[in-house]
Amino acid sequence: MSALDLINPTSGLYRKREPVFPRVVKGRFRQLKWAVMIFCLAVYYITPWLRWDRGAYAPDQAVLVDLANRRFFMFDIEIWPQEFYYVAGLLIMAGIGLFLVTSAVGRAWCGFACPQTVWTDLFQHVERWIDGDRNAQLKLNNAPWTAAKLSRRLTKWSIWLAIAVATGGAWIFYFADAPTLANQFISGEAPFVAYATVAVLSFTTFTLGGFMREQVCIYMCPWPRIQTAMLDEKSLIVTYRDWRGEPRTQGVKKAAAAGEKVGDCIDCNACVSVCPTGVDIRQGPQLGCINCALCIDACDEVMGKLNRPRGLIDYLNLHDEKHERAGGAARPILKTLLRPRTLIYFGIWCAIGIAMLFTLGERARLTIDSAQDRNPVVVTMSDGQVRNGWTIKMRNMEGRPRSVELTMAGLLQGRMWTDAMDRKDAARSVRLNLAADATTRLHLYVAAPAGPAGETPFALIARPQDATPGTNDGREAARDIKFIRQ
Amino acid sequence: MTDHQKRIDEATGTNLVGHEWDGIEELDTPLPRWWVYIFAATVVFAAGYVVAYPSFPDTAGLTGWSSRGQLDQTLKAETTARAPRLDAIASTRIEALAANPQLMRSAIEGGRAAFKVNCVQCHGAGAAGSKGYPNLNDDDWLWGGDIAAIEYTLQHGIRSPGSGETRFSQMPAFADILSRTQISQLVTHVQAISGQAKPSAAGALLFAENCASCHGDAGKGLREQGAPNLTDGIWLYGGDRAALTQTISKARSGVMPHWEGRLPRVTIKMLAAYVHSLGGGEGNPAPAAPVTADAATGEANVGS
Repeated sequence: MSALDLINPTSGLYRKREPVFPRVVKGRFRQLKWAVMIFCLAVYYITPWLRWDRGAYAPDQAVLVDLANRRFFMFDIEIWPQEFYYVAGLLIMAGIGLFLVTSAVGRAWCGFACPQTVWTDLFQHVERWIDGDRNAQLKLNNAPWTAAKLSRRLTKWSIWLAIAVATGGAWIFYFADAPTLANQFISGEAPFVAYATVAVLSFTTFTLGGFMREQVCIYMCPWPRIQTAMLDEKSLIVTYRDWRGEPRTQGVKKAAAAGEKVGDCIDCNACVSVCPTGVDIRQGPQLGCINCALCIDACDEVMGKLNRPRGLIDYLNLHDEKHERAGGAARPILKTLLRPRTLIYFGIWCAIGIAMLFTLGERARLTIDSAQDRNPVVVTMSDGQVRNGWTIKMRNMEGRPRSVELTMAGLLQGRMWTDAMDRKDAARSVRLNLAADATTRLHLYVAAPAGPAGETPFALIARPQDATPGTNDGREAARDIKFIRQ
Repeated sequence: MTDHQKRIDEATGTNLVGHEWDGIEELDTPLPRWWVYIFAATVVFAAGYVVAYPSFPDTAGLTGWSSRGQLDQTLKAETTARAPRLDAIASTRIEALAANPQLMRSAIEGGRAAFKVNCVQCHGAGAAGSKGYPNLNDDDWLWGGDIAAIEYTLQHGIRSPGSGETRFSQMPAFADILSRTQISQLVTHVQAISGQAKPSAAGALLFAENCASCHGDAGKGLREQGAPNLTDGIWLYGGDRAALTQTISKARSGVMPHWEGRLPRVTIKMLAAYVHSLGGGEGNPAPAAPVTADAATGEANVGS
């Protein structure tokens, strides 16, 4: 094999991309696609600009992933790194949500909500706006490179690039205060990583949305493969009712006059020409079909003009397809959606959500952790008492400074003091001021009279001194520890 | 291409590879052409990478980059970055360090690092000491436990040869001066004043004659002489009869090296701050205030 064979399109080893020029289509699924696209893009672009008042000690951005300070803010919820399991829970919910959607309505994610689909759709609308519909695009594509073609291409690419930069630009605002970062970005004072992120995301949006398109779905994305495993014979997929459509007939009257059997499909290729991935749905379910349902709209339009019932191409599951093929009546779609599998997924999804909301409401906003000094564990003091030491970390996860009293429960002869105090002032409890939304770290000493070697368990209890009555912010934080004598 | 006859899969129109497992056959689906372009680009990139970066033993790349050089740069940047803080510590009187909690905290952490390198050989990793090497965590100090005294000890050492200002005292070996019985009586007295035995009149008299000049009438020690307090619960060489008998008979004279000239002044200052912070430091200054740290810095296991 020579090196040329590798890139020779006729060798069969590699295949050149066939450009796809989908025709514009009107219909209910197109409407739905518009709605989903506008919703998704609006959420994506607007969210970082929403404000949320959290007081003087926390940022006022509604949704903020503050990597530098290790905080995640989402409206009224603030998550610390050790509470990352909430994010894990959200990811699990997203996973089960995809199982649910896929088992019920197949690749609806691919067809409507996937960013690759949404931005490709947006880019294709720009393309139609500049170059015209399918036929004009085809013509322009095959035309030689004239100044007119070049100017059209440059216009289209410029708009794509503007969208791409806006897309990459919106992303970084989730990770810093949006208005501040926007100013810095424009004046050239933003951190390098901001520019690099925008550059990378602009490049990927421009390339994937403008040029790669269905190649991403067919060759790069693992999700279609995973979904293949999750679909079953009751999942709704876009299906061609071939028993109704075949044999395809173009000259219907002539064929009917000749006594030939006539199918509903008039082979007008509307379904193929509107397909954003360029497949022919009439060949049956296939990897290239992202279930965007635009062919349903196209076919329904044609059937309407011919006064034939809609739904030659339709959402249909394989189970009902067999049933209809055998002459059975069409079954209601709700029966497909509500079946044990989808209900179980929905139940699990809801259970996780409710459990997370419950724990979110119950989680502690004041915690205490300790690490006992290990080298040395026990220090004999000159008065004969023995001393143990701990590094204490108190997390005040509320957006305000707090005053707490740290008290010993047990070890009745013990007295404690911190590294900010003198042992002369050692007592059974110490007052501490905790900074807002921060971890306060201190060293704690406890001394008690010497005695037989062994461990004496006791507890450290942090009692908030500034609790608002009727709320749970007066909740204590406790830590069981051991006083050790040798 | 291979010679065997190509077979076509009917359903897809794609060539079959020719491998079959239990009736399942592999399709020879053509790869997209852009893939082969990207593959070629990575090969070109790899060629450039091999030339630009050190890829073969003892061969530098065109960029001159090396991981050792990167380490040097990182260290240099780190040194530069912390220079102002070290300068601030160096130019602050040690007694005044605590007035600036952040500076004090830096000094303590710097001392912690220096301690691990220079001091753990005798005093142990946790500064808990061992027989003959004092525990620096407690509140018992031979030569003084305020931060300035600790710094002096670090600078000049104890009985350290070659230092003119070293802390010095010499306990006599009483085996040459007193009889065995007298030494035994002294041991009884020392145990009595430290609460381990009943008082003995003979021992008290011997103590007043031989020991009180350094250890004080009550045996509470004298820091000017580095004479230990004999009434507390802490013994550098042991407080039982055998250890006390040996100490009185043969005397003790532990040595700590002087660090002036071996370590930078600022490091000595930071070591003093660290030792003072271990829980037994005396008097001025008050130890550093608690740190408020970000949640994630050092969130895991914390050293003491």
